Amino acid sequence: MSAVPASSAAHDDILAVSGLTMRFGGIVAINDLSFTARRGEISALIGPNGAGKTTVFNCITGFYKPTSGDIRLTHSDGKSYVLQSLNDFRICKVAKVARTFQNIRLFPGLTALENLMVAQHNALMRASGFTLMGLLGMPGWRTAEKAAIDLSSYWLERIGLFDRADEAAGNLPYGDQRRLEIARAMCTEPALLCLDEPAAGLNARESGELNELLLSIRDDRGASILLIEHDMSVVMEISDHVTVLDYGVKIAGGTPQQVRDDPKVIAAYLGTDEETALAVMEGDA
Amino acid sequence: MAYFSQQLINGVVLGSIYGLIAIGYTMVYGIVGMINFAHGDIFMIGGFVALITFLILVSIGLTFVPVILLLVLLVAMAMTALYGWSVERIAYRPLRHSFRLAPMLSAIGMSFALSNFAQVAQGARVKPVPPIVTGGYTLFERSGFAVQLSNIQIIVVITTLVLLALFTYLVSRTRLGRDMRACEQDQTMAALLGVDVDRTISMTFVIGAALAAVAGMMYLLYYGLVDFFMGFVAGIKAFTAAVLGGIGSLPGAMLGGLSIGLIETMWSAYFSVEYKDVAAFSILIVVLIFLPTGLLGRPEVEKV
Amino acid sequence: MGNERTPPGFAAALKKASLSAFVALILFSLMVGVRTEAGPTGQLIYWTRFGELAGLVSAVFAGSLILELLRSWFGPLDTGKFIPAAADGPLKLAQRFFPLALLIFTLIFPVIFYEKRYILDLGILVLTYVMLGWGLNVVVGLAGLLDLGYVAFYAVGAYSYALLATTFGLSFWICLPLAGILAAFWGVLLGFPVLRLKGDYLAIVTLAFGEIIRLVLINWQTLTGGPNGITGIPRPSFFGIPLTPGDDGFAARFGLEFSPTHRVVFLYYLILALALLTNWVTIRLRGLPIGRAWEAMREDEVACRALGINITTTKLTAFATGAMFGGFAGAFFATRQGFISPESFTFHESALVLAIVVLGGMGSQLGVALAALVMIGGFELFRDFEQYRMLVFGLAMVVLMVWRPRGLVGHREATVFLHHRTEISAELSREGRG
Repeated sequence: MSAVPASSAAHDDILAVSGLTMRFGGIVAINDLSFTARRGEISALIGPNGAGKTTVFNCITGFYKPTSGDIRLTHSDGKSYVLQSLNDFRICKVAKVARTFQNIRLFPGLTALENLMVAQHNALMRASGFTLMGLLGMPGWRTAEKAAIDLSSYWLERIGLFDRADEAAGNLPYGDQRRLEIARAMCTEPALLCLDEPAAGLNARESGELNELLLSIRDDRGASILLIEHDMSVVMEISDHVTVLDYGVKIAGGTPQQVRDDPKVIAAYLGTDEETALAVMEGDA
Repeated sequence: MAYFSQQLINGVVLGSIYGLIAIGYTMVYGIVGMINFAHGDIFMIGGFVALITFLILVSIGLTFVPVILLLVLLVAMAMTALYGWSVERIAYRPLRHSFRLAPMLSAIGMSFALSNFAQVAQGARVKPVPPIVTGGYTLFERSGFAVQLSNIQIIVVITTLVLLALFTYLVSRTRLGRDMRACEQDQTMAALLGVDVDRTISMTFVIGAALAAVAGMMYLLYYGLVDFFMGFVAGIKAFTAAVLGGIGSLPGAMLGGLSIGLIETMWSAYFSVEYKDVAAFSILIVVLIFLPTGLLGRPEVEKV
Repeated sequence: MGNERTPPGFAAALKKASLSAFVALILFSLMVGVRTEAGPTGQLIYWTRFGELAGLVSAVFAGSLILELLRSWFGPLDTGKFIPAAADGPLKLAQRFFPLALLIFTLIFPVIFYEKRYILDLGILVLTYVMLGWGLNVVVGLAGLLDLGYVAFYAVGAYSYALLATTFGLSFWICLPLAGILAAFWGVLLGFPVLRLKGDYLAIVTLAFGEIIRLVLINWQTLTGGPNGITGIPRPSFFGIPLTPGDDGFAARFGLEFSPTHRVVFLYYLILALALLTNWVTIRLRGLPIGRAWEAMREDEVACRALGINITTTKLTAFATGAMFGGFAGAFFATRQGFISPESFTFHESALVLAIVVLGGMGSQLGVALAALVMIGGFELFRDFEQYRMLVFGLAMVVLMVWRPRGLVGHREATVFLHHRTEISAELSREGRG
């Protein structure tokens, strides 16, 4: 487990979700949820299937408009953004929130390198003078393009795909695709990286590599990460803070250790009530 | 008011014809997920077959109109259904699991081929027929304008209603209907559960073509003419109707057909005949801006 | 016809062929066996043509028999797996040298065929469709947006030039960019309502848009001349020097003997230059963020949004760019013909250009050029059988699609590379849902 001091001055809240409610027709997917994620930390959102985790993600990243509630993101320079009132693409472009998807959404027909180049679209767009200067091949554009390729190469190396840079993303093995998607999100230079079940479908070795990658992203780049995960080995090993969701309601929050010992959490995962869960735990012990 | 009522009647009759064609589009779309561009030309073939059958029946001395109509209807439905079946076998089945644009272009090619085939086989000139069903009723008369309801209009609307009832029964109550709905949801799963997917898809084309043949015959009776090019215009209108109603939805197809029929008639009656198609297409675009999946189409939920 | 496994052999083939012939007999019995026509009194008459019917049915029988036998000897043909494997090798090789050879050939084409006016005209026609194909390729091939009304922009370009030139007397070189800009403007206008539409909804709206433009051209008589179109559109000048027999004409100025071929050759180079410009711009755009965003949008729109790409502007620029090229081609068409009417801008044209793009292999510039050559050239071969043209053309479209659903050139080239140039099989590419 990583030992990051919880009360350092640099560690303020990057994301504050308060009173988030999302209804689909008559179904309440999320009910009055509040939690925070701290800057430079890895925060996890866990819960059983159907607890509403992905819905929370979709609200944060602008794919759903929440029924009510407030999602506020604060950059390290103090600038603050109200995410639910930003258009979907502006959440990444302006508020600098990048995400990955539960079922990988790479551009399968583009190469790994091209995937990372697409992620730098906004920066490159400015550099190409909104296409015009690029069309004429101005030197400013060429420098910017080279810088973008360099950044892509850096990330390809980080995820061990440098040699396969020119292969179609759709041809890469599953585990590589997962890491490439994370690298692609990082190429947008995000303030907050949201990962939707990054370890899903990975074997133990790949999952271990993923842990290292995420920890190094946090430590080297000072990035803040919010992740949804089923795989407890990932959550427990790398998270600094865990929020537990069940039926759209927050049922616990704290360090991985605190959460692990919370009878409410165990009850939710076992699908029983608290007393039974306590009995099970005592029986275990 | 009298004028309006008359237009209403005309619009509903025209809309019924469009609706019958639109059902073919929407059914095929629901199951195979492709636009059957040749469907308008299947309708045209239906009109031609009805015309030729009618001529032969008259020349062999049949005079009792109901018998003639019934025989023409049966021959047109059967033969046009075979056209629908063949088109699917030749142009669409080999492309079933291919790239989405390939079957669409194959369908466009089939549409060109069919209309040119009719042109070559039957000549380019319009084929007029003398009115087969005549007479009608004057519903009411006001300020010198008589609202007419002709027998042929009654036949068109009643035939449409009967076919719709039969068709709804077929889709909701029979084995074939269940298979069709299953294929619509998930072809692989349906096949695993013992549904003969190929046969079901063939039947879809057959039924769609048979309905188009009825529409073709009604068109022949109502307007008294057919020509090789009528499939294109009617096809686009009916397709517009299917999309307007929400493609994949059967009640939507009928509703869309009626809407297009009414828009066209009303626009011609009150504004200008020249721009009636522009009006129909413009309203389609406006509706889709606000309801991107049509009037009765299921809203597309984006899975993220 | 079917995919059922049948024991190979003559008997099985014979059985299948008989079945096909039987189906054909029913299909053609009334449509071919009986011919109707309005008689002298206006009354419809009919006569029978059993000879033609028998001939057609036997042709189906023979054709089906041959096809079945070939299939039982060479294995399945209809899946499209057999031919591509054989054709991919040469096509790959061709990819290296072919474009250059083709370019050189197109450059010296007018020299080779200087005496053959008909072939020069055909060359111009093919190049016009190459240009249209390249223009539509931006929308359909790169951005993955299905556009069934591309001809609308061709029409806007043609009418813009015709109207500007005939009413204000502006020269071709001023009108050309204006026609492009106006077409691009209409592209954006079409783009707005269809932003949220997917797949077939997009298809019908673009189709409807094309029809609206055509119907307005027919009915707005005071502006467009209605069905009669616009005549007397100025022919292009050689950068200000008219290509006429007069004293200040091109031939006199350059000390040549006047020949009407000069104009044809000039038109040929004009459309070649325009097409090459389209190609150059498209290739450059692919390597720029906007082009990459188009391709990314084709692959996955949701992922694009998550990466901060503005889908609205990405779609609109694709529509505008494609429309602009269509507008250029339209202006050229108008100046070449000297006469335009709504008849030239029907859905057939849209379908033809779309077929060129899809047959070319979506997104492949070379493929589109080859497909234009095959389609227009093939179409021309049937010039003498005018009345069967659409029949043959339609059936050819079906056969080509069944044969190569992914088009002639079935891979895309990466726009940027670290180690080596890569070609990605089109099987991996998505085709876009828009």
